[in-house]
Amino acid sequence: MLILTCPCCGVAADEIELAPGGQAHIARRGPDSTDAAFEEYLFLRDNPRGVHFERWRHAMGCGKWFHAARCTATNEVFGTYPAQTTEPPQEIRDRIAERRTDQPKDSRA
Amino acid sequence: MSTRLATGGRLIDRSRQVSFTFDGTTLRGHPGDTLASALLASGRTLVGRSFKYHRPRGVIASGAEEPNALVGLGQGDRFEPNARATTTELFDGLQAASQNCWPSLDYDVGAVNAALSRFLPAGFYYKMFIHPRAFWKHVYEPFIRHSAGLGRAPAVEARDPDRYEHFHHHTDVLVVGGGVAGLQAAKTAGESGLRVLLVEQTGHWGGRAPVDGGTIDGKTPEDWIGDTLQALDNMPNVTLRLRLQGAGLYDHGYVLGYERLADHAPDAPGPRHRLWRIRAGRIVTATGAIERPLPFAGNDRPGVMLASAVRDYIVNWGVSAGDRLVVVTNNDDAYRTALAHHRAGLTVPAVLDARPEGGGALMAEAQAAGIRVLTGRGIAQVNGTRALTGVEICAQAGEGTPLETIACDAVAMSGGWSPVVHLWSHCGGKLVWDEAAAAFRPDPDRAPIGQDGASNVIAAGAANGQGDLSSILKDAEKAGKTAARDLGGTPSDASAPDAEQPAEAPLAPVWMMPQGAPHALRAKAFLDFQNDVKVSDVHLAAQEGFESVEHTKRYTTLGMATDQGKMSNINGLAVLSRALNAPIPQVGTTTFRPPYTPVSMGAIAGEARGPLFQPIRRTPLHDWHETHGAKWEPVGQWRRPYCYPRAGEDKHAAVAREIDATRGSLGLLDASTLGKIVVKGPDAGRFLDMLYTNMMSTLKPGRCRYGLMCSENGFLIDDGVVARLDDDTFLCHTTTGGADRIHAHMEDWLQTEWWDWKVYTANLTEQFAQIAVVGPNARKLLEKLGGIDVSAETLPFMAFAEGQLAGHPVRVFRISFSGELSYEIAVPAGQARALWDRIVDAGAEWQITPYGTEALHVMRAEKGFIMIGDETDGTVIPQDLGLDWAISKKKDDYLGKRAQARSHMTDPDRWKLVGLKTLDGSVLPDGAYAVTEGTNVNGQRNTEGRVTSSYHSPTLGHGIAMGLAHRGPERMGEVLTFMRDDGKTAIEARIVDPVFFDPEGAKQNV
Ligand SMILES: [Zn+2]
Repeated sequence: MLILTCPCCGVAADEIELAPGGQAHIARRGPDSTDAAFEEYLFLRDNPRGVHFERWRHAMGCGKWFHAARCTATNEVFGTYPAQTTEPPQEIRDRIAERRTDQPKDSRA
Repeated sequence: MSTRLATGGRLIDRSRQVSFTFDGTTLRGHPGDTLASALLASGRTLVGRSFKYHRPRGVIASGAEEPNALVGLGQGDRFEPNARATTTELFDGLQAASQNCWPSLDYDVGAVNAALSRFLPAGFYYKMFIHPRAFWKHVYEPFIRHSAGLGRAPAVEARDPDRYEHFHHHTDVLVVGGGVAGLQAAKTAGESGLRVLLVEQTGHWGGRAPVDGGTIDGKTPEDWIGDTLQALDNMPNVTLRLRLQGAGLYDHGYVLGYERLADHAPDAPGPRHRLWRIRAGRIVTATGAIERPLPFAGNDRPGVMLASAVRDYIVNWGVSAGDRLVVVTNNDDAYRTALAHHRAGLTVPAVLDARPEGGGALMAEAQAAGIRVLTGRGIAQVNGTRALTGVEICAQAGEGTPLETIACDAVAMSGGWSPVVHLWSHCGGKLVWDEAAAAFRPDPDRAPIGQDGASNVIAAGAANGQGDLSSILKDAEKAGKTAARDLGGTPSDASAPDAEQPAEAPLAPVWMMPQGAPHALRAKAFLDFQNDVKVSDVHLAAQEGFESVEHTKRYTTLGMATDQGKMSNINGLAVLSRALNAPIPQVGTTTFRPPYTPVSMGAIAGEARGPLFQPIRRTPLHDWHETHGAKWEPVGQWRRPYCYPRAGEDKHAAVAREIDATRGSLGLLDASTLGKIVVKGPDAGRFLDMLYTNMMSTLKPGRCRYGLMCSENGFLIDDGVVARLDDDTFLCHTTTGGADRIHAHMEDWLQTEWWDWKVYTANLTEQFAQIAVVGPNARKLLEKLGGIDVSAETLPFMAFAEGQLAGHPVRVFRISFSGELSYEIAVPAGQARALWDRIVDAGAEWQITPYGTEALHVMRAEKGFIMIGDETDGTVIPQDLGLDWAISKKKDDYLGKRAQARSHMTDPDRWKLVGLKTLDGSVLPDGAYAVTEGTNVNGQRNTEGRVTSSYHSPTLGHGIAMGLAHRGPERMGEVLTFMRDDGKTAIEARIVDPVFFDPEGAKQNV
């Protein structure tokens, strides 16, 4: 059972307080998008064995969504950050690079 | 035969007796006994039968690793199967029954399986029961179900009368295991001032040390344990718990603890079991080691036991395994058993040491005591039919030719020790093969890690592969210091105690005894006693190509079920590695899964049973409904009245009466469970335009609009009326089950997509009650209550007004889900009951009739209104339901718009909403499918539609239904054939308009 620190209220929350929301940083595709682009937005998700940027909601706490960078194989957490961003903050990327030499530096995969 | 010795037994109180029953026979023991020690003291060598072959089995171990002595405990509501006799503490009145035997333990019919065992090798079930397929259901399955299974399940009608609870605990350091290593680790960590929790699964501290002897800081182990406990007791930051097992280790330092508070004292107040949900910064696993059996023919016979267990029974409980004990070993430790037996005044006719050179100081001590030691020898087979009478000894190096018969009535075997690595492994900790100890031990370089990526589990003592007392204590002291330092604590500079024990000669691995045993002996040499897996089974699996240890495990059932490889694992792996001619580390281990031993279902459920299983949400009018005879319907976590039957009335009649009264005069509904979400801010209109398919930003303050909400997939997820309270404020009504979900949906989009939009949301569902006053006399009633002007001109259909009604602050929405003149009155929850009572009083002159959810459903179906969850199921888009009128054509975008343009969504062949009317007026079965010609690829009848809602309409006097049908609206007047539940009887229904009643809306527009 994971512990993730909610960047909004600062609580180190047990997984039972949290609701998962899948992959983070997916740009929305609207009515003008092509079939292929819309399909990718709606259905195609990464499934890495390694660092994954993902959405969580502090559902049984402050109610805020946030993002977490977590290794899916080891459950190591490189950090959490507010959801109001389109890409992982540099500080998080630096921490991943420091811990994981096998990961590309600005990995979004 | 086993018996109680005249003296000894450090854990029992000989001054008192307790009585218990085993298979109905009354037996006696002492306080401090386990069920196993008391059975052995009573001469009960045979305690159960094995799972597959129903072979007679006796107690083999003395702790949680016991695979054989599983019994049923208690009776009736308190019956519990598969309890280990070795971990069941005796109490007065305990009732135990043997398992897997019929008609009795002594004369078991299933034992024929044993005679047939050469026909039941590994994979037998897979090979045998495949063909013919029809045999599975009628022949094979009943046979397997009758003959297999571990114990029996409690009776269906049994209700566990005991109480259970969960306990949340946060600690810096958790030490699992209360042997000398655990005590030392806890003391060292505790001295740093950090919070420490030390748990021990048995009822006493100190583990094996008091039995195995030696000295610690010049004291006996028992004295050292007492002093250390005293020191721990004096530390306020250290918590000690007995009878609490560290059962499972999970991510980020989460550990499940299983505490058995009342199993040994059934009359004690409080809960029986407690599930501890522990979060620890560091976890020290001081879980000890388990002795391995030796694989020789007949090693499963009652009377053959682990050497350590034989010693435990003598020292701890004053019980001997037999009068003449043969010890067979590949290491020095088993000599302690020979010496303990000898000191108890009993005979050890021989120690068979498989090592050609024999052992060290302990062997010398045994020889000095006059015990005959035969080196390079092993057991070829065990003699005796019902009771053990002797062993045939042979050269370990040979093929089993008997050299000599030694008379004995008990055998103590030792194949070395395996560290208990279960907790370490549960969450991904890796193991290394320790060649010297012939065992897997934790690899500190590949420990389980916490959220920060650092190792968070530290193995200590015997669990870390340490053998002698001195290294165990040093290792534990180091583990305690590491844990404290890791967490920022400063451990004291005290060093580990000095311990002394006789030096031991190296062990020699023995994976088959004798090493060249032919098939006949291998087929009697058991690896997994619980699952009846023999050396020959593993050979067969290897021969048939099961090279992966995980495959072999499943094929042979080695290490499955509650054993989880405690005793069987290493021997099984070693045999497999030899059969595959690959080194053991390359073969690897199977996965250890939590829990370490079974955890009761009661403990897992905790308090979550009966009324506490989940919270029940009650509206402010709940008590009124209760006293007026409501039949309840659960809707999500809410309870809503289904109907209010009167004396002599069934539900059907009650629903019909409620509808007649409402359509004829005046009805009253508690609609408080409807979701009420306020959406406020300068961008609220823009936001709702994205959330609803309709245009909400053009709604005028004071007006209402019915809206549809879709997921980004295009599917309809909720509907409800939106009221615009002022320029910046909207009140969104959701379905009863939808309030929390839709509120979360709104927040998701606001927080993660349009976070720069100026909008706030608040879920006010519980702050307001909502009362629907429905029927031709509704306006008269509101006028009588006095307050808001509710005239048709001032408050037209789809408008709302704010003000007072009967002195209560209210918002009155003129909306209708029934097709009648209808007002929904929102009132602060605290004033709901007072207003409701006034309405009921004032409505008496119009025979005001409260109605429930069923009348609501029927009336909405009569009007052709869809219901989320009936007409929708997550695959339905608004266009399927003929709701195109509620989808704005002017908007560039809304959630679901792009998806609804995908080719499958615009396919004219989709199933669409229609009304259905049976030709004979009967009610269509809910969910029934319309069948058509031909079959699909699975050989099933093709279908062309299904029923989504179906009721008897008392208003119309016949069945009415809604459904989805292939190109439905284009096929008005056609007759579809539906199948009843039996799949055979057909029922015909005509496609009609879904609005059955008052299609012009004359009744609501008055
Ligand atoms: Zn939070």
